[in-house]
Amino acid sequence: MGDAEIIPIGTGGRPGRGTGKKPSSAARGLAPNAKRKSSPPPEEVPPAGEEYVAPAPADDEEAPVSSAPVSSEQPEQPEQPEQPEQPEQPEQPGVVPESPRVSVHEPHGIPAGDWLAAFQHASRELFGDQWEPQLARFLAFLRRRISGDYSVDEYGFDAEITEKFFMAALRPIARKWFRIEIRGAENIPAEGGALVVSNHSGTIPVDGLMTMVSIHDATGRYLRPLGADLVFRLPLVGSVARKGGATLACSEDAERMLRGGELVGVWPEGFKGIGKPYSDRYKLQRFGRGGFVSAAMRTGVPIIPLSLVGAEEIYPLVGNIPSLARLLGVPYIPITPFFPLLGPLGLVPLPSKWLLEFGEPIRTDEYDDGAADDPMLVFNVTDQVRETIQHTLYSLLMERGSVFG
Amino acid sequence: MGAGRTVLITGVSRDLGRTFARRLASAPGVDRVFGVDVIPPRGDIGDVTFVRADIRNPVIAKVIAKEDVDTVVHMSVIATPGSAGARGTMKELNVIGTMQLLAACQKAESVRQLVVKSSTTAYGASSRDPAMFTEDMQPRRAPRTGYAKDVAEVEGYVRGFARRRPDVAVTLLRCANVIGPEVLSPLTSYLRLPVIPTVLGFDPRLQVLHEDDLHRVLQHAVQEGVPGTFNIAGAGLLVLSQALRRLQRPSVPLPSFAVGTMGSALRPTRKADLSPELLAFLTYGRGVDTGAMREVLGFDPTYSTEQAFAEFGTTLAPAGGRADRVLGALASRLPDVQETSRRPAAADGSLSIAGSEA
Repeated sequence: MGDAEIIPIGTGGRPGRGTGKKPSSAARGLAPNAKRKSSPPPEEVPPAGEEYVAPAPADDEEAPVSSAPVSSEQPEQPEQPEQPEQPEQPEQPGVVPESPRVSVHEPHGIPAGDWLAAFQHASRELFGDQWEPQLARFLAFLRRRISGDYSVDEYGFDAEITEKFFMAALRPIARKWFRIEIRGAENIPAEGGALVVSNHSGTIPVDGLMTMVSIHDATGRYLRPLGADLVFRLPLVGSVARKGGATLACSEDAERMLRGGELVGVWPEGFKGIGKPYSDRYKLQRFGRGGFVSAAMRTGVPIIPLSLVGAEEIYPLVGNIPSLARLLGVPYIPITPFFPLLGPLGLVPLPSKWLLEFGEPIRTDEYDDGAADDPMLVFNVTDQVRETIQHTLYSLLMERGSVFG
Repeated sequence: MGAGRTVLITGVSRDLGRTFARRLASAPGVDRVFGVDVIPPRGDIGDVTFVRADIRNPVIAKVIAKEDVDTVVHMSVIATPGSAGARGTMKELNVIGTMQLLAACQKAESVRQLVVKSSTTAYGASSRDPAMFTEDMQPRRAPRTGYAKDVAEVEGYVRGFARRRPDVAVTLLRCANVIGPEVLSPLTSYLRLPVIPTVLGFDPRLQVLHEDDLHRVLQHAVQEGVPGTFNIAGAGLLVLSQALRRLQRPSVPLPSFAVGTMGSALRPTRKADLSPELLAFLTYGRGVDTGAMREVLGFDPTYSTEQAFAEFGTTLAPAGGRADRVLGALASRLPDVQETSRRPAAADGSLSIAGSEA
């Protein structure tokens, strides 16, 4: 605190302050010291230093002059007449001897000690009181990333970066932006394979990412999404998807993951669902060919229907440029009320309120062995899942007051 | 077969073939080993009898008949033209050579076993690939050029042979990319480049097989005689970026067409050969399921993918690692907590850290 009061001393030259009869307390206090330290006149301090030196010997007469530069300290004086002595003692040894020393050794730049102090302060701000172990842990994390000392599973899933980076980046969006509310999380089994089947919407598969975060936060399990091959064909998207735990939506991978006891997520509507116009919102599209049902039947894992309300409104799709889409080899080029119009700003999703409801698990382990190859049965189960999701969507929509509520 | 077995090995002029032939010659139960190739091997072949013959012409049939060969190990399906010269020669060696060899084996009554070293390149690499190929899967896109096509054709002939000679135990080993301090292959020469070009935006999964394990699995296959097709690879996978960080090799991401162009520019220098199938591999990666290798074939590689890379890395001069050293120096000033909370902390404790970082 001593620093804060000392600094104005050097602001010199400004008029005002002081009674004109007595030197200010600051001036009185400084005078003897200024005399002591006057021998090495530093380059930057001189204006202040000289002023102190001059008034010091001539005590009373010149006091007003010397008190002038200390102007900004005045307000404190009348209130606390006793205090001047106390701050002054630490001030003088604290600052006056330091300033010449610093200016001699390192005319420019900040001394290493200050760097260290700032660093420690910042660390404390960032990591709390336990900053040392926290920082050490963080450094260890960085080193692991830099030296490649981490492991990926056979699908390329990198649990560490998913946990510490992807999830951490998405979590605020899930919580603050979409204000996601989860229901029926107890329907997700704590362990063992299970297949989460959800409706798909939102032009960009944000719903998949948010489902991943929500499930991880609710149950601690990683949702392993199955993605279209377009995802893995795109640069960057594909590699990030694999690191985040996704794999190709094909029966081989789905069954392999389910047998491995993973929690697998599928969006059987695919591009038909995600790229449907805004006018068709919350109308489920065809559920593919029911491949997800046969995968679940073959592995005997439960199917957990997930109804997600809110994602339809994030990018209301009002148009498409089919010719450009064909040219680029993507399923559609979205036009939303904001997207090409506002440029990158149009990419900010609208902050709709999201509701996620996990339904009762649909068991598939009771069917006999050949069931997965019986198309009629597979279609029936597919329809059952679809109906469940559709009905839950309707009831959630009734319940939700407004889009942004 | 009263005494030991008589083994004929093709492709012994290359290091992998030569060292395997030597190794097999000293194995118990093996009497005589014949190494066949067009050019003599450069190194010591020990007890192996070298037969200079071209498997592309019928001479090979005479060798098999005369020496009463009962086991044939076909290792000369080559991935790079290398010493063979041009791509045309390579294809001829691979495809016509295999045809002739199999024709000779079909004729020879003495042959009881055939082991073919194939490659996981047979599965190709594309964005439509399942994460892990099992032996019964087909490549998503039939290979049209190069080594991958050769492999596919060779495998076709081998399957045909297995149908026509059901009494011969045919073991087809689809080996992942072989890696090792001594190995010269498209992948190892790629990894030995001073600066490694990677495909921008892609991070392929790699699975490799240590050369030692290749020798062991071939010997295992010869001795056990389990028929079938098996994927052979070390346990676990690495992604390319991770592997390069572990090897401390500098890399530069380039768009895939630029990597391809660079590959063709490098080809004449013989520094590296970024063939289209290697480029596809370096873009999409590939994983193979090795369940059958462990359970049916009964083979367990000693080196995991990770260890094989580490071993390979010891022969390379590390060129990076500066950032790691800086962080290491910094970390050494802090209390030593990371060891106690290494993985567990990653799982739950340090959300706040990640949050602030993000």
